[in-house]
Amino acid sequence: MATLTSADTQKNGAKPETGSWRVKGGLAQMLKGGVIMDVVTPDQAKIAEDAGAVAVMALERVPSDIRAQGGVARMSDPDLITGIIKAVSIPVMAKARIGHFVEAQILEALGVDYADESEVLTPADTAFHINKWDFKMPFVCGCTNLGEALRRIGEGAAMIRTKGEAGTGDVVQAVTHARNVLGHITKIKNMPEQELMTEAKNLGAPYELIREIHATGKLPVVNFAAGGIATPADAALLMQIGVEGVFVGSGIFKSSEPEKMAAAIVKATTHFDNPDILAEISAGLGKAMPGLEVSKMADSERLEKRGW
Amino acid sequence: MTRIGVLALQGDFHEHIQALESLGVETSEVRLPMHLEGLDGLIIPGGESTTIVKLGDLYGFREAIRVELDRGMALWGTCAGMIVIANELTDDRPTPFGYVDMKVSRNWFGRQVDSFEQDIAIAGMEGGPYHCVFIRAPAVASLGDSVEVLANFDGITPVAVRSGKIMATAFHPELTDDTRVHEMFIALARNGR
Repeated sequence: MATLTSADTQKNGAKPETGSWRVKGGLAQMLKGGVIMDVVTPDQAKIAEDAGAVAVMALERVPSDIRAQGGVARMSDPDLITGIIKAVSIPVMAKARIGHFVEAQILEALGVDYADESEVLTPADTAFHINKWDFKMPFVCGCTNLGEALRRIGEGAAMIRTKGEAGTGDVVQAVTHARNVLGHITKIKNMPEQELMTEAKNLGAPYELIREIHATGKLPVVNFAAGGIATPADAALLMQIGVEGVFVGSGIFKSSEPEKMAAAIVKATTHFDNPDILAEISAGLGKAMPGLEVSKMADSERLEKRGW
Repeated sequence: MTRIGVLALQGDFHEHIQALESLGVETSEVRLPMHLEGLDGLIIPGGESTTIVKLGDLYGFREAIRVELDRGMALWGTCAGMIVIANELTDDRPTPFGYVDMKVSRNWFGRQVDSFEQDIAIAGMEGGPYHCVFIRAPAVASLGDSVEVLANFDGITPVAVRSGKIMATAFHPELTDDTRVHEMFIALARNGR
């Protein structure tokens, strides 16, 4: 093999390009097969990192507490986010309210690695989501179906997650949303080309993205599950359905033994198709978070209805 | 036929498999040490190094990979993979598997907002500089005599190295359509086991 010379190095490009679509989506690629955990203190962030989380979501309150305590839920205190950034070596995500682009500007200034424009916080705008192309920091956004996912990608989201129903410990909505998105992708892939424009109109989604899905059979960005995942089996269920990784919110630190639960969900996300390993890691974890059955909740309490 | 496995514990292993398949080699996802058997080469992909080390140690990959290296398997670590295979880190975690005499620094270039792409020349590669994608990337802080620098970011910071049948790149060839680095690795893996 040849040796590197200084003449070679002089051929390097003059200027690094930051904030490109490829580096924004690229970080999401690196998170695949992993678990992103909600944390409210630097100590919890360290527990998550030690358990094998690929990233943490820095919050003031986990969704189940936001639900229980009520009030307007906003971006976290910058001191809290900075404390968590200092505590861990893995990427740190944080939430901005839907449409609240100034909260997003603040998160970017803090050095947050990924922003979540999240329905878990109280929406700040009833008409417009954040124009995510304005930022070097990448965004993940929630969706309940393919049209919503493609609108967010059209606005610049570099990663998509299901909304599920956060803070409930009930996985049914995450499953429903994942099946909506993945099933619809299969349908578009198999559709005659002639039907694509009408499909774009019906979905309220960008035509170019519909064409891309028709050609590739997949979303142009990484697709995780979120909202109600509370056990290793829940994580493996979503992975087998076809998502590329999971967010676990209240499910870790509202369980009776967070260290064990966190490590077990990490293992389940890797070995999601190996029932022998899943059986072994599902045992002896203590109590999962207390649950709320989504089908018995009033519509006004359902966070998945936020955003459009 | 050449067989290349990709460690599939976490990260963008699927993108490596697609690149390898486009080059006509036999591929497999490696989730347990028994899947290493008979491989000519192994790739440790991009991902989170703390997660990959944790999951790897759980099922004994640290030793199992060392045994295969001694038997002549080739190895390539990309980004997190470069961290995992180093002897030493400038950071206090994780504890790397330690197959290459180099000290690697995690997140050398900064946080995600500093992630970047740039053309960089790679030693012995035909067809001009390679378009490198760096995502919260590491770099080599220091290296031993047995390790050769294949690419430099700024003339002093190694971002691609080789030591015997082991390669490491701080960037992600699997995120571009240019398969030249994968071809380099396949040639290394074919070079006798």
